[in-house]
Amino acid sequence: MDDVRSARRRFLTRALGAAGTLALGGCERLSQTEWFPKALSVGQTASSAVAHAVTSRKSMAQEFTEADRSPTFRSNGTAEPDTDEYRALSAKAFADYRLEVGGLVEKPVSLSLAELRALPSRTQITRHDCVEGWSAIAKWKGARLSALLETVQPKPDARFVVFYCADPMKEDGTDFYYESIDFDDAFHPQTILAYDLNDAGLPVANGAPIRLRVERQLGYKHAKYVMRIELVESFAGIEGGKGGYWEDQGYQWFAGI
Amino acid sequence: MASVTANAPAASGYIYYRHTLPVRIMHWINVVALTVLLMSGLSIFNAHPALYWGKSSYTGAPPLLEMRTVDRGDLGYKGVTKVLGHEYDTTGVFGLSKQADGRLAARGFPWWATIPDNQWLSLARSWHFFFAWLLLINGLFYVAYSAATRHLFRDLAPDRNDWRSFGRSIIDHLRFRHPTGEAAKRYNVLQKLAYLAVIFVLVPLVILMGIAMSPWMNTVAPGWVDFFGGRQSARTIHFIAAWLLVAFVVIHVFEVVISGLWNHLRSMITGRYRIRTEAHHG
Repeated sequence: MDDVRSARRRFLTRALGAAGTLALGGCERLSQTEWFPKALSVGQTASSAVAHAVTSRKSMAQEFTEADRSPTFRSNGTAEPDTDEYRALSAKAFADYRLEVGGLVEKPVSLSLAELRALPSRTQITRHDCVEGWSAIAKWKGARLSALLETVQPKPDARFVVFYCADPMKEDGTDFYYESIDFDDAFHPQTILAYDLNDAGLPVANGAPIRLRVERQLGYKHAKYVMRIELVESFAGIEGGKGGYWEDQGYQWFAGI
Repeated sequence: MASVTANAPAASGYIYYRHTLPVRIMHWINVVALTVLLMSGLSIFNAHPALYWGKSSYTGAPPLLEMRTVDRGDLGYKGVTKVLGHEYDTTGVFGLSKQADGRLAARGFPWWATIPDNQWLSLARSWHFFFAWLLLINGLFYVAYSAATRHLFRDLAPDRNDWRSFGRSIIDHLRFRHPTGEAAKRYNVLQKLAYLAVIFVLVPLVILMGIAMSPWMNTVAPGWVDFFGGRQSARTIHFIAAWLLVAFVVIHVFEVVISGLWNHLRSMITGRYRIRTEAHHG
């Protein structure tokens, strides 16, 4: 009886030890496989489905008061695009800047900063939530993306809006930042092409001359230094095919969680 | 705790069928889920190793907690943890530690406490959200099962006798004294309250504070997260609740070890718990 029991104990001790070691080493090995992270992402797919199910398509992000604003709005991602083209634009206070809007639209346009400022605008004090975990609150003013899209008239097969940016993500000046959103977000009242931050022109560190604000999603969705907008049916053929720079590195396209 | 089985009394007592199969399965799912959630959570925390109180991180007030690497020039680097204005040198553990490959790295929690062990935020989020769903679904099943089988009311809800023995139970715990014989079949009042607090307060709180960090879920009713002090407060509460769960696990495992590790472990694996009669105890 006692022998059986001590043998059982030995077995349990070893089993527990082995399980612990295997579990920790196993987690790392699993992380390196192709299939496991894919299987794990089921969790985020479920979160996205539930988040959409419990909110309306036009649910509004919280807006704050002047007093809630952060003393300074910190820069995230690129602080200054390192290209000659961008430096030339910036040197002339973006007087030569043109925002190209094309793709699946009836009337492609090219807008100057002054023309963008003439579009219907919205001012909002919102919270910027970075995927890293920090938040900052600031006041944004910009052209309503919905107003711009109504001008260019999307074709019936257009489903996504892609934003191409001026900041290269590699030191050799390649791999430009880009992002994409669906039409629910594109026509959302709080989705704007911001040109003012805290009542002054958008600084270079925060995405001058234009940064996207898509308030229901995390910071990496808010493309800075937007140069070109393209309406597409699918982003499968663009860059890594996942719809954005960080998405191509493994982050979720739906950045609402 | 289920019914007594008709086992013949052994020399040192008899075998009692303590945990039903669903409870045992759900218990071990919790062990796995909570472990992965803690470690992947620390990996996510490492992406910005600081905690704040309020609606944003930048309110003008300093962080409540902050881990960072300080460059001391010729003296090299050190890891520093600042808690409520007090600064501690935590080199080797928090703020600066050696990676799995032996190289020093500026990071909040050390590699052995995080999943994945390197600083790979997108994958840490994948781990975290998958096991969060597992914990939530497992928890909902547990509550439904416990209510349906009356496990919740019969074994977990304190009765009048429990409240009367409250002081006695505290003293027993402090003296590491544990009931034997028939009394060992029942959870004691502190144990019941600890389980209920975890099931109905801590786990729901940690999940709710996780949801509060989602900008999309904030739009369900704009401003609801301010009820908890704002998004950054929610993140801080999430962190504290997670460590309270760790504290619960530490005490839980400690109590298991000192009151009969193998007996308890067996009962959570096979369901069978040996009741020792007073005469043979010692």
